[in-house]
Amino acid sequence: MNETQPKLLMLMYGVIAFFAVVGILLLVVDKAPKRGREKVQLLAFLAPAVILLSVGLLIPALRTVLLSFQGPGSVDWVGLDNYEWMFTTAEARRILLNTAAWVLIVPALATSIGMLYAIVIDKARGEAFAKALVFMPMAISLVGASIIWKLVYAVRPPDQEQIGLANQLLVMVGFEPYRFLQDPPWNTAFLIVIMIWIQAGFAMVILSAAIKAVSADVIEAARLDGVNAWQMFRNVTLPSIKPAVIVVMVTISIATLKAFDIVRTTTGGQFDTGVVATALYDQAFRFGEEGRGSALAVLLFVLVLPIVVYQVRVLRSQKEIR
Amino acid sequence: MTTAALPASTPAAVVVAEPPPTMSGRVKKTLSSRLATVVALVIAILWTIPTAGLFISSFRPAEEIRTSGWWNFFTSPSFTLDNYDEVLFSSSAGSGQLAGYFINSIVITIPTVLFALGLAAFAAYALAWIPFRGSGWLFIGIFALQIVPLQMALVPLLRLFSNGVVLGGVTLIPAPELVGAQQFATVWFAHICFSLPIGIFLLHNFISELPRELMEAARVDGASHSRIFRQIVLPLIGPALASFAIFQFLWVWNDLLVALIFSGSNAGVAPLTVRLAELAGTRGEEFQRLTAGAFISIIIPVIVFLALQRYFVRGLLAGGLKG
Repeated sequence: MNETQPKLLMLMYGVIAFFAVVGILLLVVDKAPKRGREKVQLLAFLAPAVILLSVGLLIPALRTVLLSFQGPGSVDWVGLDNYEWMFTTAEARRILLNTAAWVLIVPALATSIGMLYAIVIDKARGEAFAKALVFMPMAISLVGASIIWKLVYAVRPPDQEQIGLANQLLVMVGFEPYRFLQDPPWNTAFLIVIMIWIQAGFAMVILSAAIKAVSADVIEAARLDGVNAWQMFRNVTLPSIKPAVIVVMVTISIATLKAFDIVRTTTGGQFDTGVVATALYDQAFRFGEEGRGSALAVLLFVLVLPIVVYQVRVLRSQKEIR
Repeated sequence: MTTAALPASTPAAVVVAEPPPTMSGRVKKTLSSRLATVVALVIAILWTIPTAGLFISSFRPAEEIRTSGWWNFFTSPSFTLDNYDEVLFSSSAGSGQLAGYFINSIVITIPTVLFALGLAAFAAYALAWIPFRGSGWLFIGIFALQIVPLQMALVPLLRLFSNGVVLGGVTLIPAPELVGAQQFATVWFAHICFSLPIGIFLLHNFISELPRELMEAARVDGASHSRIFRQIVLPLIGPALASFAIFQFLWVWNDLLVALIFSGSNAGVAPLTVRLAELAGTRGEEFQRLTAGAFISIIIPVIVFLALQRYFVRGLLAGGLKG
């Protein structure tokens, strides 16, 4: 336990630094001279965040764009070589295809399941508890979730007892045990299941709130018209919660695009399961190919760019209305 | 003790009931509500069983985990804490040695949450209540940064820490020489930078909604921004701070990528997630260690989450729906 002490000391320094920084900033604001007071106050409040954002995010992001046109070790300019690698080699194409599968399937299924669950438990007894069950995976790390599912997918030879639930069920109905994580292309599908398992809870919470906000008058009117459950969903609920559905799908898409932990923890990107985020890590931090890694990062950015533009537009129109 | 988390206790809670008026309506209604109950049950069970399996496994002897499924626990129960003891405290290189990593996770998380909260709240206040030219654009810029993948920043930021600032072959700022526990500072720095955009955005949503009359009255009375921030804003945005704190805590505690890159795989700095991913990779089938280890990493965020669920959901709704 000797190594614990310096860590706790460091923790203490961190906390002290926090109070020191906050204290000094507030003091600066308080004691600012009368002349230019507004400016000093503004700087004290805003500068720390803006500096950190520039040093930690903005400038590095711009440099990444430059790096993506350079070779290993970032010495020579290589033009579009890294991008060519990304779109022409078989290994990279596999990665792009897998990522496309993730981004197409996870938002659709996680949102559908979350919506379905939100509808069936709406106003049910024990709703809060039922929600917490499905929501819980949100609190678990993706690493933890991956280990949970690694146990579910565990496989033993046919002559031994199975220890994974999935293969136990297969064997019970008379199939051979299946190597869920090792056999492409379906192993990617089984990894995608893990992400759906995590994101459905998020979809459920947001959509449940949206469903509760649907006006009671509209529902009552539809009920008097004698619509059945499906018609009610199709013609009343769904149109009312459409904005929330879009937000949920966009949010899950972005999260899925960047998903790294699941593939890294379960297969390490082997067996044809690699995605952009894992390939990026491998290229930049294991193989010394910072150029290729940076090109993959730029690809991620280009893919979310339309979302950024759209969101900024929405935000600006909201501001104008106010 | 183990039974508390079992799915068996869930069915009773998920019943859909609402008596309809007419006879035929009642039949139809019962059918659809039966169907709804079944659907709810199936989803609830599917979402609970994998975690329950992990939880039960972690208390079974290593030999049994290796040779039989966790469901055998119900027919031939055997209980042990050996897995936890081994994975936390054993000093053999192959075991988890998770106690040290657990402390690393705490040391990484606490200052990161504090700094992110403080700096984001300051910036959000300035953007909302100190008028200046370009305020609107700056806010939009920060908002846009929130969606930019942090992957865009990783390589250059790591180089900044290892090489310092070098411009045209001239070292302007030398690399910080961090030894031992000081290396936590790089992980803190990365996490704080990456969480500021979402933090500023979330807190701005709350702070900008505070009543204008209140703020203006305080200004007219001659209160400085520091005073307004401490005495008016802070007390009112407690719930918003709580929800961002939970986000930030969960995000940092559960993070793998940032930790992997900025702590190296240095055992003195790396958090639980890094060690668990390592165990899952190299000893992928040693479930006695993996299950106990995973549970140790899960339990704290789950407790925090259950205790503060209300704030978490409120934050999700504010960020998710306004965004």
